[in-house]
Amino acid sequence: MSKPIEHDYIGLSEQQLPSMEKSSDKKDGLHLKDTELRLGLPGSESPEREDHDQNVLSLKSFVSGAKRGFSDALDGGGNWVFSGGSGGGTEGLFSPRRGGKNNGGKDLSGLDSGSVLKDGAAQKPSVVQEKKPQVAATSSHGNGNIAPASKALVVGWPPIRSFRKNTLAAHPPKNDDGDGNAEAKLGSGCLYVKVSMDGAPYLRKVDLKIYGSYKDLSSALEKMFSCFTIGQCGSHGVSSGDGLTESRLIDLLHGSEYVLTYEDKDGDWMLVGDVPWEMFTDSCKRLRIMKSTEAIGLVTRQCLLPNK
Amino acid sequence: MEPSELKRSKDSPNSDESTRRSSFPDEVLERVLSLLKSHRDRSSVSLVCKDWYNAERWSRTHVFIGNCYSVSPEIVARRFPKIRSVTLKGKPRFSDFNLVPENWGADIHAWLVVFAAKYPFLEELRLKRMAISDESLEFLAVSFPNFKALSLLSCDGFSTNGLAAIATHCKNLTELDIQENGIDDKGGSWLSCFPESFTSLEVLNFANLSSDINFDALERLVGRCKSMRVLKLNRSVSLEQLQRLLVNAPQLAELGTGSFSEELTFRQYVELESALSNCQNMHTLYGLWDAKGIYLPALYPVCTHLTFLNLSYAALRSDELAKLLAHCPRLKRLWVLDTVEDKGLEAVGLNCPLLEELRVFPADPFDEEIIHGVTEAGFVAVSFGCPRLQYVLYFCRQMTNAAVATIVQNCPDFTHFRLCIMNPGQPDYITNEPMDEAFGAVVKTCTKLQRLSVSGRLTDLTFEYIGRYAKNLETLSVAFAGSSDWGMQCVMGGCSKLRKLEIRDCPFGNAALLSGLEKYESMRSLWMSACNVTMNGCRLLAREMPRLNVEVMKEDGSDDSQADKVYVYRSIAGPRRDAPPSVLTL
Repeated sequence: MSKPIEHDYIGLSEQQLPSMEKSSDKKDGLHLKDTELRLGLPGSESPEREDHDQNVLSLKSFVSGAKRGFSDALDGGGNWVFSGGSGGGTEGLFSPRRGGKNNGGKDLSGLDSGSVLKDGAAQKPSVVQEKKPQVAATSSHGNGNIAPASKALVVGWPPIRSFRKNTLAAHPPKNDDGDGNAEAKLGSGCLYVKVSMDGAPYLRKVDLKIYGSYKDLSSALEKMFSCFTIGQCGSHGVSSGDGLTESRLIDLLHGSEYVLTYEDKDGDWMLVGDVPWEMFTDSCKRLRIMKSTEAIGLVTRQCLLPNK
Repeated sequence: MEPSELKRSKDSPNSDESTRRSSFPDEVLERVLSLLKSHRDRSSVSLVCKDWYNAERWSRTHVFIGNCYSVSPEIVARRFPKIRSVTLKGKPRFSDFNLVPENWGADIHAWLVVFAAKYPFLEELRLKRMAISDESLEFLAVSFPNFKALSLLSCDGFSTNGLAAIATHCKNLTELDIQENGIDDKGGSWLSCFPESFTSLEVLNFANLSSDINFDALERLVGRCKSMRVLKLNRSVSLEQLQRLLVNAPQLAELGTGSFSEELTFRQYVELESALSNCQNMHTLYGLWDAKGIYLPALYPVCTHLTFLNLSYAALRSDELAKLLAHCPRLKRLWVLDTVEDKGLEAVGLNCPLLEELRVFPADPFDEEIIHGVTEAGFVAVSFGCPRLQYVLYFCRQMTNAAVATIVQNCPDFTHFRLCIMNPGQPDYITNEPMDEAFGAVVKTCTKLQRLSVSGRLTDLTFEYIGRYAKNLETLSVAFAGSSDWGMQCVMGGCSKLRKLEIRDCPFGNAALLSGLEKYESMRSLWMSACNVTMNGCRLLAREMPRLNVEVMKEDGSDDSQADKVYVYRSIAGPRRDAPPSVLTL
């Protein structure tokens, strides 16, 4: 496994994780730092990441829309746990107990804490096996329609055979919406791409052509999605009419929680900021503001696939 | 001819005396019984009396073994001396979803060794969820001179080198069907191993493999195998290459295309369409990887006589599917991705009145962010248009009790109802109630139901319904459901025909496990994982029922008293000797 280049703007130290978990569970009290929306661009601040090697997912391909409930990724001890990435790389996050390599993989049931994905070689988490009927787990989330952000990612669920999972992972079906705007149209006057943000109930579209640099794009996205962050603050007891200035907003958004990624022409998910702006707008098909907890392990193409 | 009729005439002479000859000479009886194909009928026949048991075993040519550990190869060979075709299933079904450790077992080799000695004229081998190595494939290839058909589904442990051995040595091969396996794809050269003199292939399915094959070799192979009726290509075969193959094989009945997405010139498109339209026998279409909507019209000439269309690797939009289905009036089986959305399913209901089977797979099963895919509305739309539906597999993100009630009212003939609401334990999204009434409606209305997979938030009430109404149920899959032991007890007590029960992540404990004590010997197997069963419960079961194999798979770090994964099955071969250390046989 090649060591990925450590990027400053990725990631969290292990110490930070427990505090983040606490904040996602707390419904009262204000933890602004923990809800900060951070669009990770090169040069921006970021806490150092410890124990790099143990925690890296070597993903051969990153399936679009990969979602990992945050609290699921922690075991009781607050250690960051990953799926075994060796061998069945394309199965990555989704069938973490790759039968071939990790014999002793964990299978946690119970939905409150979700299933913990274990790298059999690296870690020995102290895992608690939840036995509660899952009735309890979902009853707290009233509307089952939109899945809550901390939903469990469970081994072997949904029940889809490996072949199908791998096939779809390697070649994700293009999700054209009806108007066909999902594919960036090159050379035309505008370049609309979808932007999604983890936890937001709906997506936005931006025209990449109107921005000249990553910085412009970053500010625009921050403005666009600030309503969600403010919303989160609202649930934490801060009203939106509280005189939040623009600079305060940017402070919020420059926190450590989010990372900006994009899907390129090949269907790979890339970290924004590595390539020149023009190259980026040429190859970007859609954007995703991802929780940095999920982005750990998402490294640039250059280090993962040297033959490209 | 009904076995019962034969029985009556047999009974009229004195059937108590075993020395008395039967009314039929043995040869005639054997001849008659050789016409029986169904293995269940044959099992019934063999129970009539000793003469019939013997006649049946001498006339049986195909044996189906649903659990490779329920019997040993020696026992099979002793009972059935004239077998030419074997179907074997190995690992529990949940191994498809990575719930079973890879070295669990189900290795074919021991069987092959016995077969080589006892069935040298073996012709067919069909394996599902077995472990098979390249060495075993080579051994197979050289040990059976008459070998004709090899089918591997969901197997693992082999590579393309094994396929090369088969291609090289099996001179009479008619079928090579490699489906959805964990295969180590080392390259496409295996296909070139078929000798130039080889012409007998009728079925070739290598859609599972990703490497490029030598297209010229394939083209020559297809050209000289004039009896080829099933050809399923892999993704590496282009549209233009497909056209060249079809020109030489218009007799094909089943076609799996390769990649359906390259740029074609107008002339190439016309040639493809023309080649397809010559395939008048084609009733099954598969593959269509990365299908581009603009080329789908090339399929229209074939669509008119299609009965099975598998689009589960083609991410079509609703409008693309609708246009295609308008040309498929005779469709009986349809598999799609949920990219077609509800609107696409409406088109199914409108265009395919003869539909009997529908499978809707999720394109992005792990993407919760962006809500797309199909909902209850699509399923309801299909049910209005397709009253003959018998088999459904439906992955969705939302469902309501009312919708399911409507669906089964429209389609009461379901034999297989597999509904997967992808968020575990999700309730009816409108009423917020459990999905109990949905499955209650299914079992009450669909009296012929044989297979049921449940999902969503379910209390014990669902299982009360199942136990009370699902009298023909044979296979039940349960995940993240139930409230207490009572649920499973209802099923064990009520479903008299139950043969396979697989349960994961449910609050069923020892009382539930032991409530089925009497029942497990009439079932093929029981799987329980991540439930509340303890080692003591399993030990008790093993002690009380010595003819059951009770296997427990433990996981690192879990409590010693918990039985994390339990697999119980009947066996006349006794406990197996090839279990890995992580599997304890009690």
